[in-house]
Amino acid sequence: MSDRNDRLSVLKTYKLFVGGTFPRSESGRVYEVTDAKDRWLANAPQASQKDARDAVVAARKAFGGWSGATAYNRGQILYRVAEMLEGRRDQFVREVADAEGLSKSKAGAQVDAAIDRWVWYAGWSDKIAQIAGSANPVAGPYFNLSSPEPTGVVAVLAPQDSSFLGLVSVIAPAIVTGNTTVVVTSENHPLPALSLGEVLATSDLPGGVVNVLSGRTAEIAAPLAAHQDVNAIDLTGAAPELATELETAAAENLKRVVRPQPVDWSADPGTGRMLSFLETKTVWHPMGV
Amino acid sequence: MASTTPMTFDYAPAPESRAVVDIAPSYGLFINGEFTEAADGKVFKTISPSSEEVLSEVAQATAEDVDRAVKAARTAFTAWSALPGSERAKYLFRIARIIQERSRELAVLESLDNGKPIRESRDADLPLVAAHFFYYAGWADKLAHAGYGPDPKPLGVAGQVIPWNFPLLMLAWKIAPALAAGNTVVLKPAETTPLSALFFADICRQAGLPKGVVNIVTGDGSTGAELVGHPGIDKVAFTGSTEVGKAIARTVAGTSKKVTLELGGKAANIVFDDAPIDQAVEGIVNGIFFNQGHVCCAGSRLLVQESVQDELLDALKRRMRTLRVGDPLDKNTDIGAINSAEQLARIRTLAEAGEAEGAERWAPDCELPSSGFWFAPTLFTGVTQAHRIAREEIFGPVLSVLTFRTPEEAVAKANNTPYGLSAGIWTEKGSRILWMANKLRAGVVWSNTFNKFDPTSPFGGYKESGYGREGGRHGLEAYLDV
Amino acid sequence: MPTTVPAYGKEAAERLASMADVTASDGALRRFLHGLPGVDAVGLQARAATLGTRSIKTTAKAYAIDLAISMIDLTTLEGADTPGKVRALCAKGANPDPTDRTVPKVAAICVYGDMVATAKEALASAGGSDIHVAAVATAFPSGRAAMPVKLADTRDAVAAGADEIDMVIDRGAFLSGRYLEVFEEIKQVKEACARPDGGAAHLKVIFETGELQTYDNVRRASWLAMLAGADFIKTSTGKVAVNATPPVTLLMLEAVRDFRATTGVQVGVKPAGGIRTSKDAIKYLVMVNETLGEEWLTADWFRFGASSLLNDLLMQRQKLRTGHYSGPDYVTVD
Repeated sequence: MSDRNDRLSVLKTYKLFVGGTFPRSESGRVYEVTDAKDRWLANAPQASQKDARDAVVAARKAFGGWSGATAYNRGQILYRVAEMLEGRRDQFVREVADAEGLSKSKAGAQVDAAIDRWVWYAGWSDKIAQIAGSANPVAGPYFNLSSPEPTGVVAVLAPQDSSFLGLVSVIAPAIVTGNTTVVVTSENHPLPALSLGEVLATSDLPGGVVNVLSGRTAEIAAPLAAHQDVNAIDLTGAAPELATELETAAAENLKRVVRPQPVDWSADPGTGRMLSFLETKTVWHPMGV
Repeated sequence: MASTTPMTFDYAPAPESRAVVDIAPSYGLFINGEFTEAADGKVFKTISPSSEEVLSEVAQATAEDVDRAVKAARTAFTAWSALPGSERAKYLFRIARIIQERSRELAVLESLDNGKPIRESRDADLPLVAAHFFYYAGWADKLAHAGYGPDPKPLGVAGQVIPWNFPLLMLAWKIAPALAAGNTVVLKPAETTPLSALFFADICRQAGLPKGVVNIVTGDGSTGAELVGHPGIDKVAFTGSTEVGKAIARTVAGTSKKVTLELGGKAANIVFDDAPIDQAVEGIVNGIFFNQGHVCCAGSRLLVQESVQDELLDALKRRMRTLRVGDPLDKNTDIGAINSAEQLARIRTLAEAGEAEGAERWAPDCELPSSGFWFAPTLFTGVTQAHRIAREEIFGPVLSVLTFRTPEEAVAKANNTPYGLSAGIWTEKGSRILWMANKLRAGVVWSNTFNKFDPTSPFGGYKESGYGREGGRHGLEAYLDV
Repeated sequence: MPTTVPAYGKEAAERLASMADVTASDGALRRFLHGLPGVDAVGLQARAATLGTRSIKTTAKAYAIDLAISMIDLTTLEGADTPGKVRALCAKGANPDPTDRTVPKVAAICVYGDMVATAKEALASAGGSDIHVAAVATAFPSGRAAMPVKLADTRDAVAAGADEIDMVIDRGAFLSGRYLEVFEEIKQVKEACARPDGGAAHLKVIFETGELQTYDNVRRASWLAMLAGADFIKTSTGKVAVNATPPVTLLMLEAVRDFRATTGVQVGVKPAGGIRTSKDAIKYLVMVNETLGEEWLTADWFRFGASSLLNDLLMQRQKLRTGHYSGPDYVTVD
C-alpha cells in the first residue's frame, strides 16, 4: 500500500459530511469498502435514516444563505473547489483507481475531467439566468420578466459506477444555481465522495450546501424520497426497481424528479441537470406615469 | 497624547502605501510575449496628474510596430482559436485570479497614473476588472449556449483602443470577451494612462498565456489610427470621444471590419418629487463626481421636478460641502485629480462658457493642491437646454441643473441630445420608473441608483453614444462572426 | 432656517406647538408620517458602507477614541444586576483606566430604575457626580404594560435621581398604525420626567428598530418621537436579535438633521446594542461628522449605549500611547 516499505502508513478514518462537519454515522455502523480486487480499503460510515434526516435539516438551513448569495460569489466558490481539487489530484487519482479498478492514467483522466467540470459549472452561475430567463413582450402596458430560481433542497443519488466524475457531474449542476443537496454516494465506491467532502469544507462552500452520506443506497434514499422538506430528487444512482419506488414516494409532495438514465459522464454535460432543479418566476409590473 | 490631539474631528492623512507597486523607469511595447522598443526608439513620459511627477517612460509605437503586433496576433490566432473553449476558459480564470491577487498593487498604480481616488480604484475598478475576466472566462466553453448559433466562430484579430478614465477596466471590457470568443488582440491604452495595461502584460506572462494572444502597443492618437486602419485586423473596438468614434467609422467604411464604439454621453439624472431624497442626493453625487466626472455615462444633467428643486439643491449643496478633494492615494479622498492638463483646460473652458451664457455657478469651498491638475466639484443652476453646458460632454466634475414640471417634459428634455448612453430616474413609484425607462432613448437606465456596472449587464449607447454592447451575453456578439 | 434650540429647553415646546396641526388627530399624524420621503434601502446601506471605509488614523483616531469614551452610556441591564455590580460599573465610568488619569469619563451610567439611587451614590463617592444616571423605563425592554405602570416606572426613576430616562415605545401600537397612541405615550412620559424643582430628566425614546423592520418605519418613528418631545432618539434596547446598525443610525441622523431644519429643535441620537469595537464606534462618529457635523459631536447630542465597547476603546488608546497592542489583562473587568 505504501510506496516506502520502511514505514507504516497512517490510515484515514472516512466520515460523513453533514452541515460542514464530519460526523460518524449516528448509528455507529460502518461497512467494508474494497477495491476492484476485493482488497480492503477502508471502513465507510453506514448512514442511517436519522443521518439522512439530519442532513436534510442542514441542507434546509443552508438554503437561504446559499440561494441568496450572488451568482458571482457562488461561481467563485465552485472555481475554488476546482483549485483545491487540483492540489489534491494525486489523492483522488489513487482513490478513483482503487475504487473503479482503473489504471493511474485512466483514473487521472477521470479526475482531470472532474476538475474541469467544476470549472464548467462555475462559469454557469451568472449565465444560467441569461439563457433560461426572458423578457416577455406581453400585450399590455406591463413589464414582464421571467427568471429562474433554485427549487430548494435536492436529494442526489450519485451514480454507482462513476465514483468521482459522475459524482461531481450530479452535485455541481444542482448547487451552482443555489440549491442545497443531500448526496448519497456510490454504495460500493464511497471513498472519493467522502474525500470530496474534505475539499468542499476547505473551499469557502458554506456548511450544509453539500451533505455527503455513504451507506446502503436503498436505506438512505427511502426517507429522502419521502421527506416532505425535500424539494427534488435525482435518482441517477438508483436501480430501476428502487427508482420506481422512490419516484412513487416522491410524488407525495410533488418533488421534481430526475429519472435514472444511461449517461456518458465524459461527454459535454449541457444544461439539462441545472434546468431540472430550477423554478421559473415571472414578475409583472405596470408601466404608467 | 493630549497635546497632539486636535480639537475637532479632522481626518489625519491616511495614505495608501506606494511601496506595493514597483514602476520601472521605462517600458517597451508588449508584442508576441516580449517587451520591445519602438522601431524608431521614440518614447514619451507618463506622469501622475496629482503631482505632475514623471512615473515612467513608455515607447511610442510606430506604424511598423503596430504591423508587427498585428502580425503576432494573427500568428497566435490559429492556435488560440483552435483551443477547446474549456482551455481558453482556464487561461481567463487564471488571469481573473491573478488580478484579484495583485489588486492592491494595481489599484495603487491606477490611482498614480490616472489620478482617481484609491477608494474607487480599490473598491470599484479592480473588483470589476477581476469580475469581468471571471464572467467571460465562463463563456469561453459555453459559446454554443449564447444564442449565436450552435458553433459560433471568432472574428480573428481585434484592434482595441481604450480611454484614460478607467484604464484597466476598459482593458478588461475589451480583452476578456475577445479572448473568450477565440480572438487575439492588439490593444492600445490611452496616452496618459499606459501603465496598468503594461502591468497586465506581466499578468499574461504569469498566467502562461500563449505568445501573441495579447499585444499592447502604447502611443498617442497616431498609434491608435495606425491600429484601426491596419488591413490585418478584423475587428475594431473603441471607447472614447464621439469625434474620434466618427473618424473610426469613416476609416472602416468599405472594409469588412466589424466595429463597436462606446462614445460620449450627456446623461439626464431625473429626480421626481416623490424620490427618496437622501438616496437621490447620493445618486446625483455619485452620478457626476464619481471618478471626477470622467465617466462617459456620468449623470451630468440633473433634471429636477420644480416642486422639489429648492429642497433638493439645498441638500445637494450640503452634501457637496463634505466631499474631500485631494491626494488620490489618501484613503479618505472622494475626488482626485483631473487626468491631464488638456482635460483640465477643456473643463475650464466649458465652465466659463456656462457662466458667460448666464448660468449660476456654485462650488463648495475646498482647498486644491498647488501642483497637479484639479477642479472643484461644481454646480450650475439656471441652466437651459440651449446652454453649451447642457449639450456638450464636459467629462469633469461639473453638474448642470435643469428643471421640469411633468414626466412628459422630463422625457422630452432627457432625450433632447444627440447622445443616448444612460439615464437615471428617481421616484418611489414603480410604474413611473418603467414608463420612463420605456420612453428614454438611452442604452442604460438606472432607477433609484446610478453608475452601477456589472460584467453580466450589457452596457452601451443609442445614437451618437456609439453602437454595440459590452458586458453580458450581448457583449459576446461583438467578437463573434454572427 | 429657524434658530436652533435644544430639545430639552423651554423654547422647544413652543416650536413643537407650531407643528400641532400634524399631531391633531390620528388621521393627520398618519398623513404626515406617510408623507415623509421614502427611504431606498439599498442606497441607504451603500452610503453607510461607504462612510464605513473612512480611514481614521493617528491624531484623528486619538481624538475619536476620547470622544467615543466621553459619549458612552455605560450600561448594565441584567436581571442579575446587584448593587455591587452597579457600584463597580460606576467606578469604571468615573475612572475608566486606573493606569491613565487622562482618560475622559463616560457620559452616563445606564441601569434599571431600581438601581438609580445606588448608582447616584456610587458615582458621588467615585468622584463622578458629573456623570449622568440614565434609567430605562416604561416596562423596558418589551414596553408591554399598562400606561399607569409605565408612568409610575418613570416617576420612580426620576424621583430616585435619574438624570435621563430611556423609554421604549409600544411597538405593537406603532406597527398596527396607532401612531397617535404612541405619540401620546411619549408625551405623557416626557411629562413624567419633570422634577419638582422645575427641571426634568432628559428623555431618550427607544424604537427597537430591529422590530420595526423597515427603514420607512424608522424614519416615521423618528419624526413621531421628536414631535412628541423626545430629547434623544435611540435605536435599540440591546435585547433583541438586531440592534443598532450603521444604516439605521445614519437614517436617524438624517431625521434629526431634517427635524432641526424644519423646527429649529435639536435632538440627540443614541445607537445602542452590538457596538463593541473601537473600529465600529469610529464608523459611527464618522457618520455623525459627515451627516450632522460638529454640532452633534458631543456627549450632549450623541451617545453610545454600550458596555464592552469601553474596554476596547481603552486598549486602542493604550496602543496609541505605547505603540504596542494591549490585551484584555490590561483593562479592568467590572
